[in-house]
Amino acid sequence: MLRVENLSKSFGGVAAMSDVSLDFRAGSLTAVIGPNGAGKTTFFNLISGAIRPDSGRVLLEGRDVAGLPATQVVGLGIGRAFQVAKLFTSLTVEQSLIGALQAQRHQSGHLWRRFPLPDYRGSAHEVMELLGLHTQADAQSGNLSHGDQKLLDIALALVLKPKVLLLDEPTAGMGPEERWKMIDTVHRLWTLGGLTLIFIEHDMDIVFKIAQSIRVLCYGKVLAQGSPDEIRDHPAVIEAYLGVPAESLDQPEAGGGPARDAH
Amino acid sequence: MSGASGQRISAPGSLGRDLALAGGALLVLLVLPLIFPSKVLLDYIIRVAAFGIFATSLNMLVGFGGMVSFGHGMFFGGGAYAFGLMMQKLGVSIPVAFAGGMVYCALLALVVGAICIRLKETFFSFLTLAFQMLLHSIIISWVSLTGGDQGLMGGIPRPPFLGINLANQLHLYSFSCVLLVASLLLMRHILQTPFGYTLRMVRDNPDRARFLGIDIARIRLTAFVMAGCFGGVGGILMSLFVSGAYPEFAYWSTSGEAVFMIMMGGIHLFLGPIVGAAVFMALNDVITRFTEYHGLALGITVLIFALVFRRGLTDFVAQLRGGARAKP
Repeated sequence: MLRVENLSKSFGGVAAMSDVSLDFRAGSLTAVIGPNGAGKTTFFNLISGAIRPDSGRVLLEGRDVAGLPATQVVGLGIGRAFQVAKLFTSLTVEQSLIGALQAQRHQSGHLWRRFPLPDYRGSAHEVMELLGLHTQADAQSGNLSHGDQKLLDIALALVLKPKVLLLDEPTAGMGPEERWKMIDTVHRLWTLGGLTLIFIEHDMDIVFKIAQSIRVLCYGKVLAQGSPDEIRDHPAVIEAYLGVPAESLDQPEAGGGPARDAH
Repeated sequence: MSGASGQRISAPGSLGRDLALAGGALLVLLVLPLIFPSKVLLDYIIRVAAFGIFATSLNMLVGFGGMVSFGHGMFFGGGAYAFGLMMQKLGVSIPVAFAGGMVYCALLALVVGAICIRLKETFFSFLTLAFQMLLHSIIISWVSLTGGDQGLMGGIPRPPFLGINLANQLHLYSFSCVLLVASLLLMRHILQTPFGYTLRMVRDNPDRARFLGIDIARIRLTAFVMAGCFGGVGGILMSLFVSGAYPEFAYWSTSGEAVFMIMMGGIHLFLGPIVGAAVFMALNDVITRFTEYHGLALGITVLIFALVFRRGLTDFVAQLRGGARAKP
């Protein structure tokens, strides 16, 4: 479904991503992990068109989308949610989703009928039900709880029915309970089928519990890839996580604990 | 929050409600001279109409588009001069010159907007200001065409059309009221369409809008051209009222006054700027009658508005009402 070939990107001489080649099967659920600064978010930025790669290809169903602007990449079926929810704070949940839908159907410049166009209600409510946001339909996005903001962020990507969905730390900044609820939701989305889901996650408990396969990035390179069992025992991964000073293990929201427990 | 309540009022099917409100307002305005046959009052309302349209058009950018333009006066002046020159030099009818003035403003906005809209907040503000000052300089220095700092010489002819004689105060008053209501209705409609909501999305989070496939430059430019066009309508109306056009129309102080009106009235409700225009004009008229330091007095008033009402009169009232409703 999504294949990345020899992807490289450097920022002023610092190689943020060097010669990364990865393959994501259709319908797979993959976790991308790695220490801080490993290039995980850069990887998402390159795939989603936020930044242009220096070289390499990003193949979506065989079509090279590398270097296309984000506005086009989303139309081709790569949806993305963000580490810090990026929302339309003055719009309600329902309005935001309808706004996303009308953008996809090229109705953003529509000047004749009034907002919201009735045709989009159904899809918006479907996604709200799916993510448990339906009770918040009329709440202003900026007033939602942190957890609901993250859900709406995912909903904004999901409502466009992407082929590939990129989730950048869906559980970032959440308490333990909220975190598992979120991860259940993500897992449920995936089991509904039709979605190739790739997520970045720091909490190893979560990664090993739900991911089908794992890709480990380190200093902009692919360190390892395989099933959770293979990764758990992979010497290079153990070294990357444990063979470095303890500070780099510190995830302010997760604590270093889960990473170590996993081994 | 006021934004939310504003949107709730504008639930689906509200076009009918807007039309009813507009019709009612127009009726009241047209009956007004029969009850209060005061020339001063009619003049006041004509000026409020001109500046109200102008301030509301600026608020399309500031309040709904998140684009703080400091140069909106270029369309007020541009519209007035384009209209006046067409009337003087080409001898066309008022509707033709009116349309011509709007087209001129749209083209001006297209060129200026294409250059400015890609810039970040402060740079956008200052570049729009720079373009305005450029237009002002051209008006001042191209004396043979514009009359320089004397303004358009000889007045603007106002030949009757369709039985309307705009040299007659009552006709001009009625014309202004119809223009005001029609312009507000149209701008209101634009802001309630899918385009209007896309504009809010681009204001709230341009980055995210991009990731939904929205061409933010195009949305911003469209809004800029529309606002420029309506800004021109305000200028044309003013030039009809004073039967002339002056360089001050395109000076930065005109843009500043519109910003004051928006701040006074409130940027979050559609009718905020028109309320602001009415208050500003009334204050201006009263203060100039009593003191020559009207600039100082006006400045203090604006300061009080900024510090006490924070988000403008209409938002203040909406918040009070919201607070009262929240309590059992």
